[in-house]
Amino acid sequence: MIEIRDLHKSFGGQEVLKGVNLVIPQGQITVILGRSGAGKSVLLKHMIGLFRPDRGEILVMGKDITRMGERELMELRKRFGMLFQEGALFDSLTVAENVAFPLREHTDLPEKEVQEVVIRRLEEVGLAEAADKMPSELSGGMKKRAALARALALDPDIVLFDEPTTGLDPVVAGTIEELIIETQRHLGKTFVVITHDLKTALRISQKMALLEGGRIAIEGRPEEVLHSGHPLLEAFLKRERYGAPREEVKG
Amino acid sequence: MLGAVASLGAWVIKQVKDLGGMALLCLRTLRWTFHLPFRPDLLLEQMERIGVRSTPVIFMTGAFTGMVFALETCYALRKFGAETMVGVTVALGMTRELGPVFTSIMITARAGSAMAAELGTMRITEQIDALAAMAVNPIKYLIVPRLLATTLMVPLLTIVSDFVGIVGGYFVGVILLRINPGAFVANIEKYTGLDDIYYGLIKAAVFGFLLALVCCYKGYNVRGGAEGVGRATTESVVMSAVVILMADYILTSLLF
Repeated sequence: MIEIRDLHKSFGGQEVLKGVNLVIPQGQITVILGRSGAGKSVLLKHMIGLFRPDRGEILVMGKDITRMGERELMELRKRFGMLFQEGALFDSLTVAENVAFPLREHTDLPEKEVQEVVIRRLEEVGLAEAADKMPSELSGGMKKRAALARALALDPDIVLFDEPTTGLDPVVAGTIEELIIETQRHLGKTFVVITHDLKTALRISQKMALLEGGRIAIEGRPEEVLHSGHPLLEAFLKRERYGAPREEVKG
Repeated sequence: MLGAVASLGAWVIKQVKDLGGMALLCLRTLRWTFHLPFRPDLLLEQMERIGVRSTPVIFMTGAFTGMVFALETCYALRKFGAETMVGVTVALGMTRELGPVFTSIMITARAGSAMAAELGTMRITEQIDALAAMAVNPIKYLIVPRLLATTLMVPLLTIVSDFVGIVGGYFVGVILLRINPGAFVANIEKYTGLDDIYYGLIKAAVFGFLLALVCCYKGYNVRGGAEGVGRATTESVVMSAVVILMADYILTSLLF
C-alpha cells in the first residue's frame, strides 16, 4: 500500500503538485488520470523516490520514503518495478539482457536460472521470439512489452506504469491494456498506472483518481469517478463521444 | 546596455552553477568510487572504449606533432648551428607539454564527446531514471567507471604519444634533415630527465580527470531533448579544452 500525504513539489518557481493526498490500495490496479502536463509523471516518480518532495510524506508499506537515505531507498526500490513511457530499455543491451539486468545486479542466481527467468518473463508478455533483438529493432508496443518483462523480473510488490498506452495505435494499446489486467490478475500485485487516456483508465482500473490543478480532484471506483460530473471528465467524455471540438484543436 | 549586462549576468550565473554542479558530481563520484562492491567489469569496458580504441588516433597525432616540431625547431636552431639540440627540444616539448595536452584534447574529441552524447541520450530517454528505479546507483554504474578509466588511460596514451612523437622527431631530424644521429640521441639523454616524463604524466592524469568530469557532468544533466544532447556535446568539448589549457598553465607553474 502507498499513502501520499499533502505532497508539494515545485520546479523553478512553478508549483506542479499542490498538496496531493491519495491512498493506493494493495493488490489492485489504481489509475491516476490527468491532462498532459498535470504532474502525473512527477507524482509517479515521487512514489519510487526519483524526486524528493518540497513538503509532504509518502508512506510505502508503512515507511516514509521521503526521509530515507540513499541506501535505504535502494533497498526499497528492489521491491518496485517501473515501466517508463518510452520503455527506457538500455539500448546497448539486447531484450534478454535488459530483462536479465536487474537479476544480474541484485541476485546471486546462476546464469542458467537467470536465463530461465528471462525466458519465462518474455513468454508472459508474448515476446519470447524477440529475446536476441536490440531495442532499436522493436516497435513501440514491443518496447513496452519488453519493459514490462524487465519491470517484473525481480517479482516486485508494486509496479508503476508511466503512460503505458501513449503513442500506440488503438489495437496495440488494447493488447497492452489486456496484458496489464492479466498480469495483475495473475500476480495479484499492486499496480499504479498514470494515463491521460480515459478509455485505458476505465478499462483497467479498480480504483481511479483524477489529478487536476496539482491536487487529486476526485477518487473512487471508476464508475463513481465517471459519473461525478467533474468538468474535466465531462470534457474527456465529450471528446470520446464526438472527437475533439475544433476550438480545442486550435488551442 | 541593460540587455548586455543581463546576458553577462546570466552567463556568470550559468558558469557558477556549472562549477558548483561539477564540484558536487565530483564529490558524489568519489564517494561512490569507494562503495563496495567494486565493478572491474565496468571499468575495463570503459578503459577499452576510451583508451584502447583511441590508440590509433593518438599514434597519428603524436607522430605528426613530433615531426612538425622537429621541422620547425630545426629551421630555428640551424640559424645558430645548434641542430643537434632538435632531439632534446622535441623530447622535452613532447613529454612536458605537447604529449599530455594533445592527448587529452584528442580524447576529449573522441571519447569525451561520445560520453556526453551517450549519457545525454540516456538521460532524455529515461534510461538513467530506469537505472535508479532498478535500485542501481547511476553515479556508481555510469560516472565512476568513466571517470576512473579516463584518469588512468590519458597518462597511458600520453606515454604512447611521447614515444611516437620523439621517434617522429628522429625520423625528420636524422633521416630527412641529416642531423648527426649520435648527437641527436646523446642530447636527449643528457637533458631529458625522468622528472620531465613524470610531471607530464601527472598533468595527463589531471587533464583526464577534468575532461571526464566536464563531459560526464554535461551529459548527465542534459535538458531539452535531442537539441539538448547536441548542445551538451558541443559545450562539453569546448569547456573541456578550455579547462585543460587553464589547468595546464596552473600545473606547469606549480610543478616545474
